[in-house]
Amino acid sequence: MTDHHDHDHEGQDIPSATALRVKALESLLVEKGLVDPAALDAIVDAYETKIGPRNGARVVARAWTDPAYKQRLLTDATAAIEEIGFLGSDRPHMIAVENTPDVHNLVVCTLCSCYPWLVLGLPPVWYKSSAYRSRAVIDPRGVLRDFGLTLDAEVSVRVWDSTAELRYLVVPERPAGTEGMDEDALTDLVTRDSMIGVAKVAAP
Amino acid sequence: MNGVHDMGGMHGFGPVRPEANEPVFHAAWEGRVRALSTAIGAWRRWNIDASRHAIERMPPADYLRFTYYEKWLHRLIVQMLATGMISAEELASGHKADAAAVAIPPVTAENAVQATTHIASYQRDVAAKPRFAAGDAVRARTINPEGHTRLPRYARGRFGIIERDHGAHIFPDSNASVATEDAQTLYTVRFTARELWGEAANPADRVYLDLWEDYLEPA
Repeated sequence: MTDHHDHDHEGQDIPSATALRVKALESLLVEKGLVDPAALDAIVDAYETKIGPRNGARVVARAWTDPAYKQRLLTDATAAIEEIGFLGSDRPHMIAVENTPDVHNLVVCTLCSCYPWLVLGLPPVWYKSSAYRSRAVIDPRGVLRDFGLTLDAEVSVRVWDSTAELRYLVVPERPAGTEGMDEDALTDLVTRDSMIGVAKVAAP
Repeated sequence: MNGVHDMGGMHGFGPVRPEANEPVFHAAWEGRVRALSTAIGAWRRWNIDASRHAIERMPPADYLRFTYYEKWLHRLIVQMLATGMISAEELASGHKADAAAVAIPPVTAENAVQATTHIASYQRDVAAKPRFAAGDAVRARTINPEGHTRLPRYARGRFGIIERDHGAHIFPDSNASVATEDAQTLYTVRFTARELWGEAANPADRVYLDLWEDYLEPA
């Protein structure tokens, strides 16, 4: 299973050994009645089209425009996010941490790949990479420079290593020049990377 | 366990390389592995801690070589074999053993989104009072369990301050091995970067970890 660059375009390339193994496994599990192939299609569709960073961006935009909401979010993020609505009926235990001119927060999972995917979608490959997991705690400023973000030495970098079933959402700083924008317009500005803490939100 | 998965503070993996316009899955089989894991997970034959430990137990060279979803495929097969959901003969032949019954899948197209977004709560009510309070000085214990643990090596033996009490949560070390919840208070503990990494670290920087009571002693 070393085919890191396999191409699985239907009918164009020869399927990789891994793709064939997965196909054989799925076929066995369907034959045993352990999984329903239509359910698998629906699950893939949910990950690809229904679960994404929009929900997290909405939470941040509301925190920017409603100081009372921001206070609730920083005190009890699970309940505050539920006001907007998680996808699905479950409530992951959430913690929100706020970036300011003096404090920059960064989220990592050094032990595996814990990530607030119900509000941000599935994590990007770099978040799960050995490079990010190893360096975020020992060299967070170097990691941020990999993303093109250089912080002043006086700014306190707070790294959150997700070792338990708590999921962290960074509330990035609201950029200058957005004073007249409403919640919908601000939601469009908030990026996934800013909510992990590897980027700032750019001014429009 | 002191495995290669416990990566915090290691050197040599190079720069972080973000990918522009990254797809959710890089090949169709990755989506199938994720979906199979969700659908098989709904049978509840193992918990999240046992599942993480199955990946941690991979040979270290494989762990580093495999892509993320290759690790998931490995785990799915290992866990199904270990719990008897499939046999080695069935895996080799690709077909159900003649005598094996045909089951009814719990996840269907109708409840798939619900099953996908299901995240069980790990918080529990316990009678025991928390041993520590916000502001208390603590030290992460020096432990080296061979089984699953969520206390990373880089924090063991280090001094920190209790930041916040999150109530009692299932203890992964017990849950992974013997499926005993052993719920106990979970705290966010704040460490200075200098305590963890030495004098070269920026004095303004902090690292926060979520640590269970059994990982901590008074300082």
